[in-house]
Amino acid sequence: MNNLNELRAKCKEIYEKKLSRPRVVVGLGTCGIASGGDRVMKAIQEEVAAKGLDVDVDFTSCIGMCYAEPMVEVAIPGMPSVVYGNIFPEKVPQLLESHVVNKKPVYEWAYIQIPGDATPLEGIDVMEKAPYYEKQVRSVTARLGRTNPESIEEYIATGGYEAFEKCLSMERQAIIDEIKKSGLRGRGGGGFPTGNKWQFVYNAQGDKKYAVCNADEGDPGAFMDRSILEGDPHAVLEGMMIAGLAIGADEGCIYCRAEYPLAIRRLNLAIAQAEKYGILGDNILGSNFSFRIRIKAGAGAFVCGEETALLNSIEGQRGMPRVRPPFPANKGLWGKPTCLNNVETYANVPNIIRNGADWFAQMGTEKSKGSKVFCLTGKINKTGLAEVPMGITLREIIFNIAGGIQGGKKFKAVQSGGPSGGCIPSEHLDTPIDYESLAAIGSIMGSGGLVVMDETTCMVDVAKFFLNFTQLESCGKCTPCREGTKRMLELLQKICDGKGELKDIDTLERLARVIKNSALCGLGQTCPNPILTTLRYFRSEYEAHIVDKRCPAGVCAALLVYVIDAEKCTGCGACLRACPAGAITGEKKQPHSIDVAKCIKCGACITKCKFDAIKKA
Amino acid sequence: MANVTLTINGVQVTVPAGTSLLDAATGAGFFIPTLCHDPANPGYGGCRICVVEVKGARALVASCATEAANGMVVETESPAVQEARKTIIELLLANHPTDCLTCEKNGDCRLQDYAYRYGIRKSGFEGERHSYPIDNSNPYITRDLNKCVLCARCVRTCAQVDDRQVLDFAYRGFNTKVAPAMDTSLGESDCVSCGRCVAVCPVGALTFTSLTGKGRTYEFRKETVTCSFCEAGCKFDLNYKGGKVIAVTPNAPGEGRPLCLKGRLGMELRYVDKPVTPMLKKDDKYVEVSWPEALGLEDVLARIKELGE
Amino acid sequence: MSACACEKVDLTKEDAALAQLLDQYRDYKGGLIPVLQEAQNIYGYLPKEALQKISKELKIPFSKVFGVVTFYAQFHLKPRGRYIARICLGTACHVRGGAKIFEAAKEHLGVEAGGTTDDLRFTLETVACIGACGLSPCMMINDDTHGRLTPEAVGEILDRYE
Repeated sequence: MNNLNELRAKCKEIYEKKLSRPRVVVGLGTCGIASGGDRVMKAIQEEVAAKGLDVDVDFTSCIGMCYAEPMVEVAIPGMPSVVYGNIFPEKVPQLLESHVVNKKPVYEWAYIQIPGDATPLEGIDVMEKAPYYEKQVRSVTARLGRTNPESIEEYIATGGYEAFEKCLSMERQAIIDEIKKSGLRGRGGGGFPTGNKWQFVYNAQGDKKYAVCNADEGDPGAFMDRSILEGDPHAVLEGMMIAGLAIGADEGCIYCRAEYPLAIRRLNLAIAQAEKYGILGDNILGSNFSFRIRIKAGAGAFVCGEETALLNSIEGQRGMPRVRPPFPANKGLWGKPTCLNNVETYANVPNIIRNGADWFAQMGTEKSKGSKVFCLTGKINKTGLAEVPMGITLREIIFNIAGGIQGGKKFKAVQSGGPSGGCIPSEHLDTPIDYESLAAIGSIMGSGGLVVMDETTCMVDVAKFFLNFTQLESCGKCTPCREGTKRMLELLQKICDGKGELKDIDTLERLARVIKNSALCGLGQTCPNPILTTLRYFRSEYEAHIVDKRCPAGVCAALLVYVIDAEKCTGCGACLRACPAGAITGEKKQPHSIDVAKCIKCGACITKCKFDAIKKA
Repeated sequence: MANVTLTINGVQVTVPAGTSLLDAATGAGFFIPTLCHDPANPGYGGCRICVVEVKGARALVASCATEAANGMVVETESPAVQEARKTIIELLLANHPTDCLTCEKNGDCRLQDYAYRYGIRKSGFEGERHSYPIDNSNPYITRDLNKCVLCARCVRTCAQVDDRQVLDFAYRGFNTKVAPAMDTSLGESDCVSCGRCVAVCPVGALTFTSLTGKGRTYEFRKETVTCSFCEAGCKFDLNYKGGKVIAVTPNAPGEGRPLCLKGRLGMELRYVDKPVTPMLKKDDKYVEVSWPEALGLEDVLARIKELGE
Repeated sequence: MSACACEKVDLTKEDAALAQLLDQYRDYKGGLIPVLQEAQNIYGYLPKEALQKISKELKIPFSKVFGVVTFYAQFHLKPRGRYIARICLGTACHVRGGAKIFEAAKEHLGVEAGGTTDDLRFTLETVACIGACGLSPCMMINDDTHGRLTPEAVGEILDRYE
């Protein structure tokens, strides 16, 4: 059998040569590009050309600090490499002049430094010690923001495909045993032990088997799979290849949502590169193992994240879930035994094989091993991607890593697990993050989205938002989800409109219970969770809407009254001119007032008032 | 095949492995309501009205799509099951006309039967309802999608014949409906009016136009006859009311042959006391035709006439 | 569906592209969705005739093709304009005459809500609120917001988009 030693040596040479040169590296993940990274890239290239600087311009993927995008790293050999944040094109000349030409880092724009072998600089946080990274681990995300995701050479030079090569000489059962021993559980939300799943597919009878990767990340507020696909596509391919080898599949399929064009492009590129080097294809490295991977782009349906709906969609059908059993492990794609895991699960596999199951299992809690990538969004100071060991508390994530609540406001709740998850209140902030603990408080681990809400968020409105989402995305196959989510949404709308009655809460609870108990698929069964958890932890807010006809957070327009504080009003007339309904009157330089009967509660006046004189009550 | 033994409502039941919980329970004399279950196309599991409680399971399970297993402990009328069934009936009724007084299916409607059995006088839910126009563009089949419960029995039955597959689901979520391609009327579609879909509809969404206003289902006496037009031998029902045959409706297809329109028209001509003039589709429109043309006998009749002369 | 002569001439080039696409996918298992995605790239939407051809060539019932098209949000059965004009009919715009703006846009473009102009320049849609209440009545054309509209100004603004 052949091995990768020669190729690996060549790749290391290429990579080390790159590291020995001065470099400017731009973060070009989707979030980097969306905040202007491509324009920064262009500005750097132009500046380098114009000044004839001896520096390489490269790009990488998302390092995780979305709040600081666009990010640029400057690496001068012999000096710590410095990662700068919020670098816009106009800052480029000064940055290059100072750091590249004069070897003087621009301290006020620096976010972190990565010293390597060099002596750390004073005044810039070393990555591992920086508040954002101190509590993090970098395992699945190790290459994110560090290597060029479009280079298979860099992947191989940094240990890539070592695990696969190791597996080629292992017994198939031994690979599965290693995954079992690691304690890895499905990172897509369900938390099913990955090794057991592989064992089922291994045991299943079939002339043909498939390894399928679920990259249909549809939860609002979740983007870890996108970041992994964009930042380390080969790790996902390698994980799938190891799964294929272990279970006896010769074909893999990645179902990626069409909304992730960059991920699809990088995956296609990665597949082509791996095929070129003979890492994917027939009789890989002279073994009798052949494996091909295809990409299928989704077509815009959230429900296709459900595994059986996903299989139907790959087959070219409506993405409606199938009844289980039979489970995909026995009867999956085209009726054949199919191993279905999500992106992050597959991406964990090479590290487990390379570093050993024990290395993985020492991270995390008794039942939830390893690390998990979370997306931090909502009303926090630092939005972004964070990989943490299982068992860390929500408080540590929200207040240490994400830097607490924006604008000094009060934390109210955090939604984990997207539309299938629940709203967790402050009294549970010290809950350790693991599958069982989150389930015990009515939420789920989910794929890893954490949406943080502050005191200005109305929990009834949040429940309505999620129900509106699930109702629009219901596939329509089963009665409880199709008809039930519609009625729950209507009841929530009624409450937000100030027309709610107390019995509506009972009806909501009954509907939620029945849907949870009797819907066909996992998405249907979990879609009442936002209602159940907000009713459990924020019932008084529902009651305030219904009994007092008041929205405590000041969100539900129908329940608000706009008033002008006469003490603060200077009579400037800005609000009067802004009001589309002609509801504001007042003499110039005299306090104005709002005619409640005419007011349509659009909020235009509040936006215009410079004196903070208009209040919602 | 081996047998499995399980407990249903406290009674030990032994059935062959592979039997569904639905069949196991009904075989043991227990009642389980079904809407989407079609014995000829089992395992759809969409309507969820047949849910039962299996001890140790995370949620209720659809009995039509779950196999009985050794040692299972099943409750078919536990409080959770009853709550789910009642709520599902209420949800269906919230989006279903309650015109049972004039509905053709009155007396032969699953939804009506189950609402009666579980004591649902009216739905507790109010809100948006569908208001689809009634489709009577096909002279033989009347389609009222407002009454459709999306059980997919018509879709699955139509899909069994390879070159038909006229019906499928369209759109999704609350807007899901059963429709021919491009959401046209049945008359504009490639439907050949075999009527199998009508025969399996559990509610009043699909009805035979020939029976409209002719009587209540319980006034009819059905007698099954075998069609002799070809060797397939499809079964048709003669619908008697007061000694007279009012209409012929399809019952079951013969081996390898779907029920065809010609066969049914032939049966009508033969048995119905006052058969209505048949209609055939010509240039995309239904037009009245003579009986010889409807039955494709024009050539034969001409030849007989010729020989007679 | 009425097909005018000019449409026919245009279609042949696209029909050829579709035929070529179908050749690639004829023996491909589960090819319906990728074929629909690429067909939509070819035509800009999914015309009935193309769907019929896809159904016939891939041997998938037409009803099923239609079922798949209407299930996924990505697919459109009607041509969409280069510009999507969204007229706001939220409360603030409503009290400031949003309906008149909508009427003016309808008249100027000659289409109803959801409709697309024959030259595929505009698709007209309504929206519940775009959060520009202080500028009401308002509309969005693709990503541009236009506020403080008058019925007279609507046509002039629309004409700026070629």
